[in-house]
Amino acid sequence: MIYNVSIGGRHLRIALDRNGEIWKGDLDGVQFQLDARPIGPGVISLILEGAAYEVKRDQLGNQTRLWINNIPFIAEVTDPRSLSARTRSAATSATAKLLASMPGKVLRVMVSAMDQVEAGQALLVIEAMKMQNEIKSPNKGIVKQLIKEGTFVNAGDVLAIVE
Amino acid sequence: MFNKILIANRGEIAVRIVRACREMGIISVAVYSDADRAALHVRIADEAYYIGPSSAPESYLNIDRILTVAKRCGAEALHPGYGFLSENSEFAEACGISEIKFIGPSSASMALMGSKTKARQQMEKSGVPCVPGNSQALQSPEQAKKIADHIGYPVMLKAAAGGGGKGMRLVTGPRQIQTALEAAQSEALRAFGNSDVYLEKAILNPRHIEIQILADEHGNTIHLGERECSIQRRHQKVLEESPSSLIDADLRQRMGEAAVRVATAANYANAGTVEFLVDNAKNFYFLEMNTRLQVEHPVTELVTGLDLVRLQIKIAANEKLTIQQEEVQFRGHAIECRIYAEDPDNQYFPSPGKIMLLAEPSGPGIRLDTGVYEGWTVPNDYDPLLAKLIGYGENREHAISRLLRALGETFVGGIHTNLSLFRRVLNEPAFRAGKIDTGYLDRLPTAGMSGENHKHEQVAAIAAALFQVLDPTIKEGNKKKSPVGVLDSHWKRAARIEPDSSS
Repeated sequence: MIYNVSIGGRHLRIALDRNGEIWKGDLDGVQFQLDARPIGPGVISLILEGAAYEVKRDQLGNQTRLWINNIPFIAEVTDPRSLSARTRSAATSATAKLLASMPGKVLRVMVSAMDQVEAGQALLVIEAMKMQNEIKSPNKGIVKQLIKEGTFVNAGDVLAIVE
Repeated sequence: MFNKILIANRGEIAVRIVRACREMGIISVAVYSDADRAALHVRIADEAYYIGPSSAPESYLNIDRILTVAKRCGAEALHPGYGFLSENSEFAEACGISEIKFIGPSSASMALMGSKTKARQQMEKSGVPCVPGNSQALQSPEQAKKIADHIGYPVMLKAAAGGGGKGMRLVTGPRQIQTALEAAQSEALRAFGNSDVYLEKAILNPRHIEIQILADEHGNTIHLGERECSIQRRHQKVLEESPSSLIDADLRQRMGEAAVRVATAANYANAGTVEFLVDNAKNFYFLEMNTRLQVEHPVTELVTGLDLVRLQIKIAANEKLTIQQEEVQFRGHAIECRIYAEDPDNQYFPSPGKIMLLAEPSGPGIRLDTGVYEGWTVPNDYDPLLAKLIGYGENREHAISRLLRALGETFVGGIHTNLSLFRRVLNEPAFRAGKIDTGYLDRLPTAGMSGENHKHEQVAAIAAALFQVLDPTIKEGNKKKSPVGVLDSHWKRAARIEPDSSS
């Protein structure tokens, strides 16, 4: 089985061949052998050429994190057999979308739609866990879209669009 | 001794108090809000009663509801923990009226010390050194400007009823004062139900060092040495230790005596903490007295061998202190890491959510005071403190190495935590040399990629492929119905859904 893996944005190609608990593999042309045991949901004990690792996986927002010795790596896997796997869209818009990084409540909005704002200017205040956090504009531009005061937001929700 | 104690708190401190009760053969009573029905403190207590909606003013800050429960269940005493109602003198008074012993000082001592402004006035009278500032609540931005102009910028705005860094703002010039004052007042109102804010000269990058005191109700007061609490973000402590690398035996004695003088002036009983700012020249200034158990009490427990919660309960039961000042012995070194649900790489932004995976450390010299468990959803309604990891060793270096070892065993998945921050701090040369002050964390460079990370990158890639095979993924479209705890699906979605949606 062949996998295209992206770790923190770096692409690697891995071939895995399973024989019971023992796996043979190839990572970008380098051969390896390993023993892998699932320990529980999201945890694998891995012995790779004698070195022991406890590998954990969790998900935060829409990111999957892999933890090797408690150091996190952002991981993505594509199965190359999937027909459209290679046609990842790179269409990033020219507008700056300000997304909520955590859930919370929009306490105050300091600007209005269609206002001209500077990069770094405070746009709104979000309260989460009793702490108030100022959200600043990532760039200079016009506020095209703006969330309303009092709204409860989740991670990934659009707070504002500055064009 | 009491037969039953109600714990008017939640999280790790409620768990800590349940443990002390159990060791003393006392029945423990937990209270909970909507958000906390399945919280750890409810699970481990002997009894548990609902007190209201998730919002703190309707539950953990609701005096009537808590006292109604206390009377109904027959609790003889009440432990307030820290935060919430712990420094509310009206609450202590209301407990007295309901004939429930408040485990803490008298409401009169609390009222004096609880008002940072009145406390300053009293300390000035008792000859304890204070930071220059005003000792009255500010009435207007204009008045604040006038005082600030007089004592000179930068100044610090502080909630009169405050603590825990809430309602505090640093002001570097007159133009910020109005916004800062309004923000501090609104935060103070919500956190403490009192919007009074006063102003002090800001001592930049001081060390924050506090003295633990213990007083019985028979006039005996002792101190248990210092805690260094200079590692802070947003004026909230993140890492504390005892002893402080700055304090020698002579300074410890002088600060300890000043702290005892503060407590005596307030006619104080039970456990309390006198906070000082210490400047480069080792001058110390009274900052405030916290009339409750501190979050960081475990470091003092480890170096003195005393159980502060147990002693609090004994003092409240009118027992005399059985230990004299000369008998207090300090042994070894203890460091506490406050594990918060927040992202240290994104301005410490809070990160509530479900703990998908949890690994807890153990072994020699390690203590974990926790309020969470795997599968628990950290609510958005309260403070982001999850647990406290405390390392103890024969000296500072030993404590640091044990903590680093334990941090390697600790894992919290599904939310952001500040665990990575502790690994960086504990390995950082200035910290290891004891060169710390309250500006330390702001100066700490952000995390970079280390050589070790590159080595692990390949392991991560192999593991990513292995998970794909070993940990079955859930099918697309089944996402909402999927059993909780199944982490996967993102990779398959990434591979199958995204390209489709872009076509």
